[in-house]
Amino acid sequence: MDVVKEVLAKHQKELDKYKPITVEKHLECRLDLGTLLITDPNDFDDRELRDNKEEYLAALTRDNTQLLVNAIWELSTERVDESIVAKLPEPTTKWVPTYGFKRAEAEKAKDWVLEVPQNADPNTDMFQKKIDLRNEKVAKNEIQRMKNIVRAKKIDMPRSVAKSSTASVGKFQNKLPKEKEARGLGIKELIPGGKRKQSHITQTPEKEANLDLIKSVLNKKPKLDVDKAISMEKRGNRLAREAEAENEPTKKGNKKPKGKGSRKAVGKKSKGNHGQRAPGKKAQAGRKRR
Amino acid sequence: MKRLTDERAKILFEHLSKYIGTNVKQLIDRPDGTYCFREHRDRVYYVSERILKLSECFGFKQLVCVGTCFGKFSKTNKLKFHITALYYLAPYAQYKVWVKPSFEQQFLYGNHIPKTGLGRITENAGQYQGVVVYSMNDLPLGFGVLARSTTDCKTADPMTTVCFHQSDIGEYIRAEDTLF
Repeated sequence: MDVVKEVLAKHQKELDKYKPITVEKHLECRLDLGTLLITDPNDFDDRELRDNKEEYLAALTRDNTQLLVNAIWELSTERVDESIVAKLPEPTTKWVPTYGFKRAEAEKAKDWVLEVPQNADPNTDMFQKKIDLRNEKVAKNEIQRMKNIVRAKKIDMPRSVAKSSTASVGKFQNKLPKEKEARGLGIKELIPGGKRKQSHITQTPEKEANLDLIKSVLNKKPKLDVDKAISMEKRGNRLAREAEAENEPTKKGNKKPKGKGSRKAVGKKSKGNHGQRAPGKKAQAGRKRR
Repeated sequence: MKRLTDERAKILFEHLSKYIGTNVKQLIDRPDGTYCFREHRDRVYYVSERILKLSECFGFKQLVCVGTCFGKFSKTNKLKFHITALYYLAPYAQYKVWVKPSFEQQFLYGNHIPKTGLGRITENAGQYQGVVVYSMNDLPLGFGVLARSTTDCKTADPMTTVCFHQSDIGEYIRAEDTLF
């Protein structure tokens, strides 16, 4: 009997050593076999986490890994050179690096569509605009950095000098909005070999540049001119009323000039729109406006 | 003669569009050759490229004026049009004001236009709109800025100023030395 017991105990011990391959989870884990990734949406057990953290986490990791391995074993396997090989499917999760290699590309893929604001020209390139905005921010930061350096050194230095103290003598530093042209010694003078004056006649198509500039000037968002809107509305109404009055050949209209007004008044026609109006005097002659 | 900086070019086009609106394009986009704006002693000149090339022969100091002087930049980068620009503003003007024959002389002496001097006015012009001033027989006399919108003009007192004087052809005599 002892022998049997011993054998059973030994077997039990061995069973204990190997944990079960089935894992119970409250919520199902998300699996992405292509990247060998498992995501566990379940909450931590607070008490366990507090009391014996390491063991708990190790157990949890084992369980989740077990789930992953189970899923791998469900894939079709084949034998290559004495080893069992599974073919992983295409990954469903896409890695987006937070920085470094291929980050810019991932960012681009993220913003594949941009909204055009209602007041903007529908043909504006919002992507270019975004890039420009970013470049401007970079330039601004660069100048601020330069200014900080200058301030730290306690030297009074014009901004133009700060700007031109990059490795490329400020050639690629963008202008700040509303930045004034430096008087006297400017960036141009600091660039060795740079000419101060531009040539009178340029190779670059000046005409196109000018037309672009004009376009940008003309496309400025017009402010809502309330006065103008009101005046236009008034004018429209007046024209409508006048048209209506003319279409109405009533007896009243025919009679009126005959019955009322003297001969003089009839002879002197009212000048629509052209006369000078004396505000004190009430005009009697002319068509009555309703 | 140098090219206008982007900043100044923008100021110029904004100023031009106040008077002639979208017709600014016509000044640049001309079928009869390339025309461009150039700066010389803070003045803006409108020159055809052909003339510009010829002017290359002269030095900065020798050169007085090339092409048509449009106006002058102040030290604070504000642009003021000269009467010489009228030649190009008048054909493209979108908003116009006609003065009565009795007021023509007054205007040419540099006075603002009161309502009594107003002969006609374009409909729907807003306040502070740049306008070209004409005599009643459609001869451009100068330009200015509306002090009242068209609708306000109709109800205004006879002596109120309707249009501020900016420039008139009398300046060819009065400001002969500073024009070009």
